[in-house]
Amino acid sequence: MNLPELLSPGLLGIIFIILFTALMTGFTFARRSQPVRFLRTIPAFSRLARAIGLAVEAGNRLHVSLGRGELNGIEGGAALIGLTVLQRIARVASASDRPPVATSGTGTLTVLSQDTLRSTYRRMGAADQLEPASGQLTGLTPFSYAAGVLPVIQDQQVSATFLAGHLGSEAALIADAGERDGSLTLAGSDQIPGQAVLYATAQELLIGEELFAAGAYMQAGPMHFASLRAQDVMRWVLIIVILAGLIARAAGVL
Amino acid sequence: MKLNLRLPVAAAIAIAVGIIVLAGTLIQHPAFALLNSLSEIFLLWAVILAAAALLVGVVNLAQVHWNKISTRQPGSAYSTVLILSLLGTTLIAGVFGPTHPWSLWLFNNIQVPAESSLLALLTVVLIFGAARLIGRKMNLFTLVFVGTALLVLLGSASLPGLETSVFIDLRGWIQRVLATAGARGILLGVALGTIATGLRVLMGVDRPYGG
Repeated sequence: MNLPELLSPGLLGIIFIILFTALMTGFTFARRSQPVRFLRTIPAFSRLARAIGLAVEAGNRLHVSLGRGELNGIEGGAALIGLTVLQRIARVASASDRPPVATSGTGTLTVLSQDTLRSTYRRMGAADQLEPASGQLTGLTPFSYAAGVLPVIQDQQVSATFLAGHLGSEAALIADAGERDGSLTLAGSDQIPGQAVLYATAQELLIGEELFAAGAYMQAGPMHFASLRAQDVMRWVLIIVILAGLIARAAGVL
Repeated sequence: MKLNLRLPVAAAIAIAVGIIVLAGTLIQHPAFALLNSLSEIFLLWAVILAAAALLVGVVNLAQVHWNKISTRQPGSAYSTVLILSLLGTTLIAGVFGPTHPWSLWLFNNIQVPAESSLLALLTVVLIFGAARLIGRKMNLFTLVFVGTALLVLLGSASLPGLETSVFIDLRGWIQRVLATAGARGILLGVALGTIATGLRVLMGVDRPYGG
């Protein structure tokens, strides 16, 4: 087998996935025998934890904007993180009079957000507190989605909005509505235009992979911590591969 | 004791289908034709299920706004407009088809102008956002952010009397070198995070399907 055949995307993909899975599993087991690892402070998560506590005490509502990511596309990753965030918020907010509200821009995410809220509230023994409109579809195009979210922020006594998912430049309208309503706005998106506009409009922004660390920062389980460590290792692997490719290209091997 | 089998069965289906689709995508060899066909079938099912979920979502949207109207909440007039528009559009597109001139008229004369006006609003929001950012978080990164935005703007639409190729060249260099390099770095992190999230679902650790 020659070098180009050896470097086929499929084979490299399989090796990458196996290595990533092994690292995640290994770090999960290693963590059980080690003391808790320190995570660097990300202001957005510190403020979110404080906002959840304040909302529960004051009887205000928390809003999670899940974006428009379809689960059968690459944007599904950010959408799944949004659902993890929603689940963690719902666990704490189940002690409050007002359940959190989740808005989404696709049918699949709407169904999953309702299911996530229903199962979390049932597990916490507060199923009767959940409102039918807690998980809602607000629009199917980027701007109709944003336009549908605005009345939710303004009318439902929302004290904090967390934008977590596949969001483009329309996210600026949502963040601005939160700012004008005096509520805390935290945001993370997998899209570059979304991150750029949110840098200017959101109070706290999660840049790049910081959104994907939400599970670890919100104590969603040991596998989330292990994922972070595996990502760190794989990032170094990628850096070495890129540098090796650069040197090989310069030397005329590739 | 009541035995709840819903979650284990749902998790088993999700894991099995996920592994088949992933393997079918990565392994492209005639010896694995059955695996590739299965992967394609599951992806088609996913598209059909997404369409069914879309219908559920639209019913949910109508239900939320109907509740607003029936309980006379603030803004129920807008909800009435939404319900009437939903019924009208469904009727016209359902009876005549989405490519009929009437359906296209609705799209070109209502949907497109409404979304365009929101896009115009976005520019105003971004200007206010940048001004607020300077007041709220004045640091080196804010200066770089606002400075870069100004330079790119000057390169895109220069002021009368200030049409110089310097700004145009600078804009091109910022977009080609700085922005592309930064975006690639961010996207690599996003890609790693997405893979980690997908693997957690495949391992059954993250279960967004409740149960």
